[in-house]
Amino acid sequence: MNLSSFIDVFHAWPSLLNGLVMTVMLTLVSSFLGVVLGTLCAWGSLKGPKAVRWFIRGYVEFFRNTPFLGQIFFIFFGLPALGLRLDPVTAALVALTINLTAYACEIIRAGIEATPAGQFEAASSLGLKPAQAFFLVIIPPAFQRVWPAMTSQLVIILLASALCSQISVAELSYEANMIASRTFRNFEAYIVVTLIYLGLAVLFREMLTWVGRRFVYGEFATGAQR
Amino acid sequence: MSNLASSAALAQASPSSAPSGHAIELVGVNKWYGEFHVLKDINLKVHRGERIVICGPSGSGKSTMIRCINRLEEHQQGTIIVDGIELTNDLKRIDEIRREVGMCFQHFNLFPHLTILENLTLAPIWVRKMPKKEADELAMHFLTKVKIPEQAHKYPGQLSGGQQQRVAIARALCMKPKILLFDEPTSALDPEMVKEVLETMVSLAEEGMTMLCVTHEMGFARQVANRVIFMDAGQIIEMNEPEPFFSNPQHERTRLFLSQILGH
Amino acid sequence: MNDFTTWDVFRNLLAAVPWTIYLSLIAFAGGAAVSLILLSLRFAFPRVAGRPVRLYVQVFQGTPLLMQLFLVYFGLALMGVQTTPLFAASLCLSVYSSAYLTETWYGCVLAVPKGQWEASSSLGLKHWQQMLLIVLPQALRLSVPPTVGLMVQIVKNTSLASIVGFVELTRASQIIANATFEPFLAYGAVALIYFVICFSISLCGRHLEKRIRI
Ligand SMILES: Nc1ncnc2c1ncn2[C@@H]1O[C@H](COP(=O)(O)OP(=O)(O)OP(=O)(O)O)[C@@H](O)[C@H]1O
Ligand SMILES: [Mg+2]
Repeated sequence: MNLSSFIDVFHAWPSLLNGLVMTVMLTLVSSFLGVVLGTLCAWGSLKGPKAVRWFIRGYVEFFRNTPFLGQIFFIFFGLPALGLRLDPVTAALVALTINLTAYACEIIRAGIEATPAGQFEAASSLGLKPAQAFFLVIIPPAFQRVWPAMTSQLVIILLASALCSQISVAELSYEANMIASRTFRNFEAYIVVTLIYLGLAVLFREMLTWVGRRFVYGEFATGAQR
Repeated sequence: MSNLASSAALAQASPSSAPSGHAIELVGVNKWYGEFHVLKDINLKVHRGERIVICGPSGSGKSTMIRCINRLEEHQQGTIIVDGIELTNDLKRIDEIRREVGMCFQHFNLFPHLTILENLTLAPIWVRKMPKKEADELAMHFLTKVKIPEQAHKYPGQLSGGQQQRVAIARALCMKPKILLFDEPTSALDPEMVKEVLETMVSLAEEGMTMLCVTHEMGFARQVANRVIFMDAGQIIEMNEPEPFFSNPQHERTRLFLSQILGH
Repeated sequence: MNDFTTWDVFRNLLAAVPWTIYLSLIAFAGGAAVSLILLSLRFAFPRVAGRPVRLYVQVFQGTPLLMQLFLVYFGLALMGVQTTPLFAASLCLSVYSSAYLTETWYGCVLAVPKGQWEASSSLGLKHWQQMLLIVLPQALRLSVPPTVGLMVQIVKNTSLASIVGFVELTRASQIIANATFEPFLAYGAVALIYFVICFSISLCGRHLEKRIRI
């Protein structure tokens, strides 16, 4: 292996770029949906009727205790037996979102449970409806509390999206496989793509920190108050 | 200015002219936590504009009783009528009552992610559907009243305990409640901050607000209370005007309790 | 076509369970060994070892396990090392797990309140005595819940070994799905089996956590 063996890989930059765009798209869309749905699930699992709570608990436990690879296989190869045939990209988005929602629900729930009961009581005593109290009063500090954990989970989702190559979604690691088999530069192709992932992960983490500072953390300090 | 007339003025109607006679009526109220009988046959009628101070040893059920009045806790037996509305499981009625009853907590329970002004305007905007501008004016009015208008754009974590509690009172006032409940509003405060909060409460009392106040500040009780209630083990043991209550308690337990807290 | 009963599917899948467990144990043991070495270095020589260890953790937590697996697989081949899927997967999962274990356990040691260090140094204990007698035992308790969580992650991550051709649960389910034309059943059943394994570990963890707290 020497520098010239990387040239073949770099020649394939258009397909690397396509893969990059797909990976970014998968990550951003599923991150957004997963956080929103995870918040709703956290609400349902804490304040919903008993049946809803049990359903969400079961869903969360199931998806946190099975491998993502199995989930994506089941959604892409298994569901057509029920007449639900998804194209690879949709299947990947569904799998990533369902997986992330389960983790996000659990993370946000922990944040809500750390909220002092007084916050909800104060909101009720002011006449706010439970849904208003939840989204206006409980959620913002809870998000602040768990944003670091959420950031890690979102980075994990970015990295997990590599498995979407297994159902032939043309994202980065799929392109790596393609380049590897076209050029026979296996190691070089994977090194380059791994470094791209590393860069993406660092950038994504930075971006989430920025989002946190801009939208999640106020100028307030939750710790200072009970 | 007229729309900013203090909430107290609304509640100033004299007892006789009130539609149902009483601001709050508790009749035969009982409550259990599992096996544990927290409230035992509570009977209490509060007139409009009346100030009532509730005291008693820790665990006697003082908080539980006043929290039943705005349904933060549910009672299992008896009737609670607030401003002529009976508390049932009907959510509409609970909302209606919560709009009329304000509450201040021991630990203030300000919303840490909102500025002081946003804390005050949250409920007027979302519950009363007030336009933001009007809500801001209302909030500034009450912040001025509790003497901290200059803190409007800070966050709760940046204020002292006494200031936070005054914000909490202003927040409750912004809903223009007819009744205010206080649950040990000064007991989480450093001694030098107790005074500023009590002064705020005294000025509310002078404006004729109906107040139920759990506190061990006996000076406050003497100064503003119409009646003082002593609770023990889930029961109202003694209820009297402050003068006879302090100078001549009727029950041994009251006497013991008073000697303990006045002793220090 | 449907000569396979549901039971046949389960029976064949269950036969692959030991391989998943075997691989998980190797990955956990290997990961724990590597991370204990890294942690010792980091605590013994914080100046010198702190940065490289942090970099190690960041790199392995910042790249997909799938890419690491391919790199190990083809990297070894490039170096002329004869490798098997089991060896490549074991090596890769160990290294990958070690990054997460190092990060987690380091956090547990830091989570022991400062007062404990101060109190033990005021008693005249030496630094290594404080670490060994006072801080580590407490960190060990703190580490139980997250470690159990990581064990679940490791079990789930072994599914990636299927991609380099190692026949564990996921690979078995693929083979069965292709042979029976019953992907719904095969992938559904394998998910259930994973769930039973992982959820049992989670439950054990919760049980341990409760016992430790008392
Ligand atoms: N959610 C609950 N579940 C079970 N028991 C409770 C609950 N809340 C309160 N109690 C019990 O009910 C009793 C009355 O509680 P309450 O908070 O009303 O007392 P209190 O008079 O306000 O005391 P303090 O002066 O300490 O605030 C106490 O013995 C308490 O332990
Ligand atoms: Mg109390």
